[in-house]
Amino acid sequence: MTEYALEVENLRKSFGGQVAVDGVSFSLPPGGSLAVVGESGSGKTTTARMLVGLERPDAGRIRVGGRDRSAAARGRATRLSRARELQMVFQDPYLSLDPRVSVAQCVEEPLRLHFAMSPRERRARRDELLARVGLGGREADALPRRLSGGQRQRVALARALATEPKVLILDEATAALDVSIQAQILDLLAEIRRESGVGYVFVTHNLALVRHVADDVLVLHQGRVVESGPSSRVLTAPEHPYTRLLLHSVPRPGWDPARIAADRRALATESKESS
Amino acid sequence: MTALPLHRRGFLAPLARVAGGDKLVTAALAVLTVLTVAAVLAPLIAPHDPDAVDLSATLSGSTPDHLLGADQSGRDVLSRLIFGARTGLLGPLVVVLVSTVLGTLIGVSAAWHGGAVDAVLSRAMELVFSFPALLLAIILVAVLGPGPTAPVIAMSVAYAPYVGRLARSVALREKGRPYIQAYQVQGWSGWMICVGHLLPNIAPLVLAQSAINFGYALMDLAALSFLGLGVQPPAADWGAMINDGSQALLQGAMLPALAPGAAIVITVVAFSTVGESIADRVARRER
Amino acid sequence: MTPRLLEIENLDVRLTAGRAARPILDGVSLHVGRGEAVGLVGESGSGKSVTCRSVLRLLPEGAEAAGSVRVDGEDVLTMSAARLRDLRRNDVSMIFQDPRASINPLRRIGDFVTEGMRAGGMSRDDALRRAAELLESVGIREPRAALRRYPHEFSGGMLQRVMIAGALAGEPRLLLADEPTTALDVTTQAEVIAILTGLRGERSMGLLFVTHDLELAAAICDRVYVMYAGRIVEAQTAGGLFDRPRHPYTSGLLAATPRLESDRPPRGVPGRPVSLAEAPAGCAFAARCAHARPACTRDVPARREIDGAHVACLRAEELSHD
Repeated sequence: MTEYALEVENLRKSFGGQVAVDGVSFSLPPGGSLAVVGESGSGKTTTARMLVGLERPDAGRIRVGGRDRSAAARGRATRLSRARELQMVFQDPYLSLDPRVSVAQCVEEPLRLHFAMSPRERRARRDELLARVGLGGREADALPRRLSGGQRQRVALARALATEPKVLILDEATAALDVSIQAQILDLLAEIRRESGVGYVFVTHNLALVRHVADDVLVLHQGRVVESGPSSRVLTAPEHPYTRLLLHSVPRPGWDPARIAADRRALATESKESS
Repeated sequence: MTALPLHRRGFLAPLARVAGGDKLVTAALAVLTVLTVAAVLAPLIAPHDPDAVDLSATLSGSTPDHLLGADQSGRDVLSRLIFGARTGLLGPLVVVLVSTVLGTLIGVSAAWHGGAVDAVLSRAMELVFSFPALLLAIILVAVLGPGPTAPVIAMSVAYAPYVGRLARSVALREKGRPYIQAYQVQGWSGWMICVGHLLPNIAPLVLAQSAINFGYALMDLAALSFLGLGVQPPAADWGAMINDGSQALLQGAMLPALAPGAAIVITVVAFSTVGESIADRVARRER
Repeated sequence: MTPRLLEIENLDVRLTAGRAARPILDGVSLHVGRGEAVGLVGESGSGKSVTCRSVLRLLPEGAEAAGSVRVDGEDVLTMSAARLRDLRRNDVSMIFQDPRASINPLRRIGDFVTEGMRAGGMSRDDALRRAAELLESVGIREPRAALRRYPHEFSGGMLQRVMIAGALAGEPRLLLADEPTTALDVTTQAEVIAILTGLRGERSMGLLFVTHDLELAAAICDRVYVMYAGRIVEAQTAGGLFDRPRHPYTSGLLAATPRLESDRPPRGVPGRPVSLAEAPAGCAFAARCAHARPACTRDVPARREIDGAHVACLRAEELSHD
């Protein structure tokens, strides 16, 4: 039963009559990495937020290690045990850290909440986590505004790893970074997954990232899964026209925006007729 | 502002630092410091007893003995102005403290819980908004009797929604930011997140609003005293002094009414300046 | 010799003393010919946007500029306010990254598209007719009805088209595009780019396209300039840039870009971009460069030509990047 680290079944959510997520199902093996790909309005961010409990699904189930977490958390014990199952890294490094809390404090806070540690043990663990993401004592004393975007995202990563989650939800975690910095963070993420066996759900709009970060991919369009499978297969032999459109849309030599525009219109008419 | 040159750089330098080098804000902070010191040390620095009657000086205008003259009853205007700063500042201070605590509590609860809690609290704030503050004060005076208590309670209630509305909107914005959500995902309780992270981050903006409110509350309370509903004679109070002095105006003596009027205007402007500068600074930091 | 459409020469932009350690722009020179599409690529803080905005003399607050920015031989930095207004209205237009932040939300689309034409003295009816044509040319269906609608009734992609239509109203010879598709979805990006390049071809406008995305710049531009820390480090044809990058930063950027068709994982450039508070001596990229020599942190490399490419790297001749 507990073969999967994360199992999602038939997840559904609407906001004021507008369906955002419509019957999304997937599963993630322990230490696996799944990319959830889609454009704005595809429901990818809503899905991520439901996984960590920031939104309640209208229907469907979310299980981590076999334990259900679809209903609202009742009581401190449930809240804490859920926090040790899933953690999240957000997109905007400039808004995801409390501007008044130093880097060291930021990483110590979850340690204090979740583990009975002496202050010395806690400091040691904090330094270990910061070192893991490539930050040293100089950064530890700083407030977030002294750090660059990449450094802040490292802090957010260390903070998320502090509760030792089984799965990390990365919600466009590198989208706001410069390309040269994004690659550093991707490298770091791969290294952490190899060493710790944490699983990733990589929410992104950037198909070019997928093959480098995920074993499997899930393509969302207007709240529904239109295609899923191993990254290498989906990227080389996409079956759904929307996946093909997404692939063609990535700029590269020989890119033909006019054709993509035509394909997109064709797809829009098609989906209008079918619904 | 003639008081300024009397103070040497030693006094202004720290204020200028707090004001971030802005001359207007430095001046405003200086005014507020002078006022506070005057209010606290009133018995020591006032040249006369505020209630002492010197009939020979009645409506005298400015003389070496009475710098701002004396009023109709022969009381020293400067001394009454200095003692008036006590009630003049204490009343709004209580109003601002109570309305800030109340408003923040309501605003943050509404923003955090949303849904029905938000609807009820927001409607309640609108209800108080739609009720004129002065009318509320007059009703309370009728119930509790004259004196400063009823106006201060009325203003505390009336000002709470101003703070509440602001606190709700900034708390709502802050709650939507990922750092607050990161704490939720970490498993902290809503209470701990609000007290530990949300409140400290919205505090500067709320305080800016409260500083501006201070000026307005001072004006409202002075108006109530002017109408005879607030501080009762013979106690020195700026609003009541304008009322007393208004009859002297007819006899050609400007100072008894003009001096407290000017004191009110300068104080209100000073508080507004400080409040605006706090708000500006927060806005700059946000960018 | 007729002057070039846009010629920026030795442009320095610096903040007043104490607010920044290094200039925002340091000796930037670039040019755009008539009907040419030129890319300006760089990461955050490289100065690409400031360069682009300087063409309309939109400088950061409290900044001073030296050097020259000439449009058809006329220096934008020194021209009169009246001539500058005229230039902005008729000769050079700009589209911004976030259409929602750049279009007044309280006014109708028609007002936005026609305001330049109206200010130029066109009658209301003529301006509206022209605006409808423009909206049609950027692919907005029922343009007449669209003129009466408000910005919030449009999606981001549609609004970006409206902004392009507004920018084309004065029939500019030069279009400045500051990351016009960064806020859009990839499929929408393709559509907006298709419109932009189509219109550019029809009207033979010059285009200065600012982006952080090398691939995108290469896909639509003839030549590409690469900026780092306020300086132009490399200028080449788009094809040449991919085949044979000359500057270590360019090749680092290429290696860091994740690619659909390659299994090679993206490689990050170590370190982080130079902030305005730092002023490293010599080459600004030296601290992150794998090929740096002691001389690199001492001497500022001059830009020079090698096989048709312009490079500012002390070791450009000896290094070959794959």
